[in-house]
Amino acid sequence: MARIDLIDLAHTYGGDAWALKPMTMRWEDGGAYALLGPSGCGKSTLLNLISGIRRPTRGRIRFDDRDVTDLPPEARSIAQVFQFPIVYDTMTVFENLAFPLRNRGWDRSAIRRRVQEIGELLELTPDLDRRARGLSAEAQQKISLGRGLVRPDVSAVLFDEPLTVIDPHVKWLLRRKLKQIHQQLRLSLIYVTHDQTEALTFADVVVVMNQGEIAQIGSPEALFEAPQDRFVGDFIGSPGMNFIDCEWGDDAPRVDGVPVRTSARDVPANRTTLALGIRPEYVGVRDAPGPNRLPATILSVRDQGLTTLVELEVRGRRLRAKLPAAPAMATSSQVYAELPAERCGLYAQGRRQP
Amino acid sequence: MSTRKPVNPRGWWFVAPVLVSVAFSAIIPLMTVVNYSVQDILGPSQRVFVGMEWFKEVLRDPDLHATLLRQIVFSLAVLALELPLGVGVALLLPAQGWRSSLALVICALPLLIPFNVVGTIWQIFGRTDIGLLGHTLVLLGIDYNYAQNPLDAWLTVLLMDVWHWTALVALLAFAALRAIPQAYYHAAAIDGASRWAVFRHIELPKMRPVLLIAVLLRFMDSFMIYTEPFVLTGGGPGTATTFLSQSLTQKAVGQFDLGPAAAFSLVYFLVILLVCFVLNNAMRDAGKEDA
Repeated sequence: MARIDLIDLAHTYGGDAWALKPMTMRWEDGGAYALLGPSGCGKSTLLNLISGIRRPTRGRIRFDDRDVTDLPPEARSIAQVFQFPIVYDTMTVFENLAFPLRNRGWDRSAIRRRVQEIGELLELTPDLDRRARGLSAEAQQKISLGRGLVRPDVSAVLFDEPLTVIDPHVKWLLRRKLKQIHQQLRLSLIYVTHDQTEALTFADVVVVMNQGEIAQIGSPEALFEAPQDRFVGDFIGSPGMNFIDCEWGDDAPRVDGVPVRTSARDVPANRTTLALGIRPEYVGVRDAPGPNRLPATILSVRDQGLTTLVELEVRGRRLRAKLPAAPAMATSSQVYAELPAERCGLYAQGRRQP
Repeated sequence: MSTRKPVNPRGWWFVAPVLVSVAFSAIIPLMTVVNYSVQDILGPSQRVFVGMEWFKEVLRDPDLHATLLRQIVFSLAVLALELPLGVGVALLLPAQGWRSSLALVICALPLLIPFNVVGTIWQIFGRTDIGLLGHTLVLLGIDYNYAQNPLDAWLTVLLMDVWHWTALVALLAFAALRAIPQAYYHAAAIDGASRWAVFRHIELPKMRPVLLIAVLLRFMDSFMIYTEPFVLTGGGPGTATTFLSQSLTQKAVGQFDLGPAAAFSLVYFLVILLVCFVLNNAMRDAGKEDA
């Protein structure tokens, strides 16, 4: 078990650009973290720095106040599972799981006991004597994980998009297994993915990264309800958050003169680039005008099974609404888009206003 | 029930060019050899059918047995030296950047030299009066003379082959090594694997299919070696470095024994075919296991 502290940590692969901009943060002991972000945002770099595969250009890494920055990967209490399964082809499943222990000079009987235990945990017991390379991708990925878990000193498991090569119908099985192991062993888990459903269902805390820095850290609900900036709003959710440009008038933001009340309590200091942010799930489509309702034209109606995606035009701006049922609506008819005040955030220069 | 496939005789015209070229380049020449191997040719218009006589003679010839044994020992020695050496070189080559390119070019140089030039280079290199190798050895007090001492001649031919062809194995092994994803090395580092364990459990298994190709190529080539020892030692001293293809040439061109030479060729051909077949099967099995 370990708390992981990153202190002013930064990395570059040469050149002026930071692959990972200087950051200081703490990963609590026993937490299930997801590291979410688009390709090239620096999430894999961060993972490799923590596991010790790469040395940071700058900054320190501490596990429970122990400075591990200069330690090689095998000396850190870290396990890592990669994008595709890494198994030793020539070995059986048992030998694969025993490999890290053999390298650390364990004696035979202790290895046997420990491997049996982990094999049981991962439901690999029937396959222990089989060659690792003939097995399914899912079983191989479990072996990769198992090689990390056999070491009793392991305090954190890092996952680098571990479900990429797994068939969709077993993905959820493996994900559930991960959760179960997390609860059983109380390990810290850091899970890199670019799939938001995976991140939101797996983690207690989601860390969203963009362009080498952390955009937001929060619970899945917080990321959904109150994204701190426009990137997070857009990246999380399907489709992403609506952003409607607006101007400041008197004491409230206005969309083309129509005042809209928002959840923001503070008056923004800078009122030049303002936008309203609202999830498509919270946009209502009404027939009559009222407070917080903007006149709109229906551009398209798409049936998505359980939900209906309605695309609206509000004074030259696009707005999407995700409605639960499929009400009868004709395109190009005139309606009113309702933006509930408590669901509607105000963004000044891309940042959410408190 | 059966529906007859429509037959279009014009289809033969599409196949004809291939049939003709294969016939003239392979089948007919081979059949001539088969034809010679069952006849005793006494003169341009005098020939006697002798059946399997030449094959019996060839298979019972003690000289040929000795040559075959020499050949097999040579080919095995070539494999035993060039494979580990080639893999070793591949592991030492720089992985990336201009150093890697430079090293690869230097490695490939011996492969670009014409075979008889290789023979000439080593002929001079090994000379005891002016050769760098020969003269140095003599100065060191070693009684070395590849022109007179059979063992020296044999070792020199072997060394020459190693010099000439190890680079091929190295280049193949290098390509296989570069194809191993970095994640394997990362996982091994986290598992605390030693350098030897990384080689034994990651690099070697991943290189296996390519190394089988290297075995096939090096075995075939060394089994058919002709030019280099011919230039270097002329097969001597005595018959110390006379390999199969040279003894075949002597029979066919030197003594003009067309019948026995033809029989010998066919046996030689069948041996190579057999080895090819075995190695090819081994490779296919390796491929199957991977899938």
